[in-house]
Parts: sequence; structure tokens; C-alpha cells
Amino acid sequence: MISDIISTLFTKFPLVGAIGAVALILLVSYWFANVIGQKRMGSAIAIVVALILAFIAGKFTDGSKGVSDITYFSGFALLGGSMLRDFAIISTAFGAKLENLKKAGLPGIVSLLLGVTFSFVVGSVIAYVMGYHDAVDVATIGAGTVTFIVGPVTGTALGASSEVIALSIAAGVVKSVLTMIITPFIAKAIKLDNPTTAMVYGGLIGTTSGVAGGLAATDPKLVPYGAMTATFYTGLGSLVCPSLGYMVLKIFL
Amino acid sequence: MEIYGLGIVAFCMYIGSFIGYFIGEALGISGNVGGVGFAMLLLILLSNYVDKKRGGWSERTKNGIYLLSALYIPIVVAMAGIQNVVAAFSGGAIAFVAGGVATIGSMFLVPVIGKLGSKKLEE
Repeated sequence: MISDIISTLFTKFPLVGAIGAVALILLVSYWFANVIGQKRMGSAIAIVVALILAFIAGKFTDGSKGVSDITYFSGFALLGGSMLRDFAIISTAFGAKLENLKKAGLPGIVSLLLGVTFSFVVGSVIAYVMGYHDAVDVATIGAGTVTFIVGPVTGTALGASSEVIALSIAAGVVKSVLTMIITPFIAKAIKLDNPTTAMVYGGLIGTTSGVAGGLAATDPKLVPYGAMTATFYTGLGSLVCPSLGYMVLKIFL
Repeated sequence: MEIYGLGIVAFCMYIGSFIGYFIGEALGISGNVGGVGFAMLLLILLSNYVDKKRGGWSERTKNGIYLLSALYIPIVVAMAGIQNVVAAFSGGAIAFVAGGVATIGSMFLVPVIGKLGSKKLEE
């Protein structure tokens, strides 16, 4: 009887169950990030944990929709679906000031344009070399190399498969984590010691969590400068990758 | 009220996605092409306009927007949880190579473009 009631709870309130489960994932991930002394890696760790859970669920159920194939966790499909995802992403643009972009000036704008283009091209070329020859797949993986948000946004827009979208998220997460880890070591070599280069750095790398984490480990004073340009990166990527990026790829493929 | 904040984002999403689907139709791929980007751009323009015009939205309206952006990471975690990772795992090397090369390559572009900025300051 008790177990019946419990399974009723999960099937009656799927969205609430998913919110609770995600809260738990984040709690454990941030706790782990604290233990290893990398506070800002919490969200990247949580994404990796979720990808691992999706892997386990996929092995277990033979399904293609990760943990949402398990009846108890079907709410994940609502919480992580494209509707709420896009709704939340758009809200993050709030607070970005136009003056700030003007303040970042020419190097800021050049770094944003070059940063998105460079990552998209590198990701696309590697995807092509490693066996993906369909323009939609190549564009999605290239967009994932921009950030782990631009990948799924592009993939959903162009109708890519979940497998390719998962790859694009993974590429973005690799970029984010790698940025946090190697920035402090490479800071001197790339002259990352003043507001201008910090803004350029934010515009070139773009993954907000990676940039903020990497700069915090280098010099906390530089964080707002890097974060300022990085805020525009995902927006620019979501605008350019599924439209212009895809069209250009379509010419070659 | 908080719901106004949520409503503002909803409005931007509808306008942005309208443009996105329109471009999608024009390209013949029937998808929302760049809609999220257009919506973000609209939200930035709108909030900056209101800031200038009458000192921004009220605290409670802003809270509605902040609530959404606070949900952003949890939603991304949930999104990661529903992907076909088993299938992706077979081609997983791509993620590491693409992410790695893009990151390290971008970092070495920093001093190159940084020079552009310092030259301008010297002028």
C-alpha cells in the first residue's frame, strides 16, 4: 500500500518530482565542488552528473530519452524540455547593459564575433573529420563547441537527433571545465592581467561559468570584465549558429 | 508584481520566436532559427529603454525575471539528464577534441586581439 502511494506521488506530480531531483543533484554537486576546492565548478559537475545518470538510464531502459524514460522521472522531460529551457535562457539577457558593450569597445566586439566564429568553425571541422557529414549534425556539434547552450538551441531549431545534441552539450561542458582549470596556468602567457584582455578573453571563450571560474582563480578583480562580454556570447551564438552558420555549412556540405 | 517580469520574458520569447520561425520558413527548414537570440536582443533593448525612460522596472517585476534566470542552471541540468547519452558515448571522443581545441585555440587569440585594444588606448 505504501509503495502504491509513493508511485502515485511520482506519477501525479512529475514536474515537482523533477525539481526535487535536480535540487538534490545540484546539492551533491556543489558539496563535491566545495570539497575539491573548486566552488565555481558546481554547475559543470552537476551537468556531468546528469549526463552520467542519463547514460545509466539509457543502458537500463534501452530508451533514447535519458532519465525521463524511467516513469518516476518523466518530469525531467518537462523541466528540461525546450520550452522552459528557452524561456530561462532569454531571461539571462536581463541586466546586460548596452553601455557596457560600448565600453568594451572595438576589442570587445571583435573578440565576440571572432570567438563565436572560431569555436563554431573548429567544432564543425572536427565533427566533419570525425565522420559527421550532414549539415544539421555538423552545425549542432559546432554550436555545442560555442557553448553547451547554443548546441541544443541550434540542434532543436534544425531538428538534430538527441544523440548529436548530447554530443554538443558534452563538447560545451568540456570547454567550460577546461577553461576553469587551465586559465590560471596560462594567464601570464596570454597577458591576462588587465581589464582589456579580460574583456577580450570573455568574448573569445564565452562560456560564462568557465570564464567566471577561470578569472576568479586568476585574479578576482577581473571577473566582472570577462563576465560582461561573456554575457553577450550565448545570445550571439544562439542568433548566428542556427541561421548564418547553418547556411554557410549547407553550401559546403 | 513578479508575474509582470515573467510576462515580459514571455512577450520577448513570442516576438523572438515569431521572427525565428519566419526565418525558418524562409530557409525551408521549418524550425525556430535564432529565435532565442532575437528574444534576448529584444529583452536587452527593452530593459535599457525602460531604464532610460523611467529608471527601470519595479523591484518586484525584476524579481520575476531573476527567478527565471535562477532556474537556468537547474533547467540545463534537467536537459542534460534527458539526452541520449548512450548513443553519444560511442562517438564521445568528438566532444573532447572539439571542446579542447576550441578552448586552447581561443585562449591563444587573447593577446592578438588584446593588442588591438591597447593600440587604441595609446592613440
